[in-house]
Amino acid sequence: MQQVTLTLTNAVGLHARPAALFVQTAARFRSNITVRNLTRGTPPVNAKAILAVLTLGAEHGHEIEIVAEGPDEEEAIAALQALVESRFGEDGG
Amino acid sequence: MSRRLQGLPASPGIALGPAWWFRRAERGPLRARGEDPAVERARLEAARQQAAAELAALQEANRDRLSPEELAIFEAQTLMLQDPELLAQVEAALAEGASAEAAWSQAVEAFVAQLAALPDPYFQARAADVRDVGNRVLRHLMGAPEEPAMPAHPVIVVADDLLPSETVRLDPQRVLAFVTEGGGPTAHAAILARRLGVPAVVAVGSALRAIPDGATLLVDGEAGWVEIEPAPEVIRQARARQARWQAERAQAEAVAHEPALTRDGVQIEVAANVGSLEDAQEAFRRGADAIGLLRTEFLYLERTAAPTEEEEVAAYRALLEAMGGKPVVVRTLDVGGDKPLPYLPMPSEPNPFLGVRGVRLSRQHPDLLRQQLRALLRAGAGFPLRIMFPMVSTVEEIRWLRALLDEVRAALAREGIPLPEDLQVGMMVEVPAAALLAEHFRPWVDFFSIGTNDLTQYVLAADRTNPAVAGMADGLHPAVLRLIRQVTAAAEGTGKWVGVCGELAGDLQAVPVLIGLGVRELSVNPVRVPEVKAAVRRWSLQEAQALAEAALAQEDAPAVRRLVRDALRPVSD
Repeated sequence: MQQVTLTLTNAVGLHARPAALFVQTAARFRSNITVRNLTRGTPPVNAKAILAVLTLGAEHGHEIEIVAEGPDEEEAIAALQALVESRFGEDGG
Repeated sequence: MSRRLQGLPASPGIALGPAWWFRRAERGPLRARGEDPAVERARLEAARQQAAAELAALQEANRDRLSPEELAIFEAQTLMLQDPELLAQVEAALAEGASAEAAWSQAVEAFVAQLAALPDPYFQARAADVRDVGNRVLRHLMGAPEEPAMPAHPVIVVADDLLPSETVRLDPQRVLAFVTEGGGPTAHAAILARRLGVPAVVAVGSALRAIPDGATLLVDGEAGWVEIEPAPEVIRQARARQARWQAERAQAEAVAHEPALTRDGVQIEVAANVGSLEDAQEAFRRGADAIGLLRTEFLYLERTAAPTEEEEVAAYRALLEAMGGKPVVVRTLDVGGDKPLPYLPMPSEPNPFLGVRGVRLSRQHPDLLRQQLRALLRAGAGFPLRIMFPMVSTVEEIRWLRALLDEVRAALAREGIPLPEDLQVGMMVEVPAAALLAEHFRPWVDFFSIGTNDLTQYVLAADRTNPAVAGMADGLHPAVLRLIRQVTAAAEGTGKWVGVCGELAGDLQAVPVLIGLGVRELSVNPVRVPEVKAAVRRWSLQEAQALAEAALAQEDAPAVRRLVRDALRPVSD
């Protein structure tokens, strides 16, 4: 099992395009991946399900925890971490 | 009985016509129990596939009409159709014998309720997107009623709010205006209205619900109000204003391709601000004399790696060709902490508008700028190319930029690559310091283009995206005008020109003031080109100069606007 805790620094949080990118990235991996919003204290949800990810209500500045378990868990965590840390290449304008 | 409802102005113009409420289709009762689960499963699968195909077609067909944010909603909706959690809930209900439509709609509504309960309005707004995609599937499952079609005659579209998937269903030919209960000037309906060139009033509030279908409405998109069943006298006046407005527009469009000369024969270049090839084509059709601001971010955003030099050359060449030999001012990459790029890591900044952006970022990543300059010089051979640097605040920066450009040019010359002969290099003036010291920047540039949006918010310390202070950020504030005057004074008599590429350039009240201050190029949204040209032709340079002189002496922006209105009155009546 691999896990990482990250702070959302992009403008809109896990919403709109960032949520879509997050889910699309998670779906590339075979491992089970969950994500939860530590700031709001939500239970973990399926990181490959956009509706579930949206219900985290993860806004700018919130902390999220991503957990991956499976054959490619390390790569999955690395990819999601890179995505969040790049702020989803968010188009602010 | 007439009643006037005040909202927010979202797109200018006057319209008179019948109200048509945009309603969502009413559906019959859902069939709760299904046939065999396998049958229901297959029906749902087919409906989801049809919905996905529709979404793909909508995205494709409306690529030019919708903003990237709106297109992103369709993309998210496509993902929602395949959401494994949603499908798991649907499957559980199907296994218990529910019909496909009941299983689907219960699962969708469960997510809608969860999203609507979130505190952040951004997330709440996603609930509407989920319901929208849910309804799309239900329509296929139930062979459900098509959404009510627009009447055959032109109407004023009245709605609580409009989703992108709904605005694309409207026939633009039959929309006279938009009036919405909610939303803001950046709502989908407002964006569409501006693109279609029809008036829009938004955020009217729940009073709007009192409007019955077919009621005669008068919409003033400049003042931001809608009047229900206006009195005959008001209608007569409005008809006259509407006719005059349309005639002015038609007249303006008829001569949009002619140069814009003041009454005493001084040519003002009316150019367009564009951010894509499609925008440039639109600008050319509308009669723009040039592209006054090409935002190159479209090449860099929403991708995981930087564009290659060849990609850039092809994109710039296509844009230069689309303008048929007219000048194109290309702004080099202008991003900052508010719109970071995945391949250009930037620390999060508490105040990105005062942080590393524009050329400040380029200095940290000179390779990206070097490649952009190479691509521009390669693409620009044989075209009137203008290169412009954003967010320059010190003379040392512009010296560094010129040195980099010289280095790139020399390298290309050594490689035997043809270079543009008609090249000018300029800078944007957004930072007050650059305006105040314009004469020190002058030796390094061929032109200045004033970015009044940023200049205004820096001068007045008012964030234009913060509704609480956005009203203070009026570019006609005398403090901003005095800075513009500093720049034009520095350029005067030197053969260098000054343009304005902020929203102020397309503000018809600002046009004479800017010309009077010595601005010779106005770069505006492509659809505004004909009107701005018409506004230029209304004034003589002498009148504009007198007006500008008086404007500089006012104490605030409303006083400047009163001054212009008073000066306009004898001309327009």
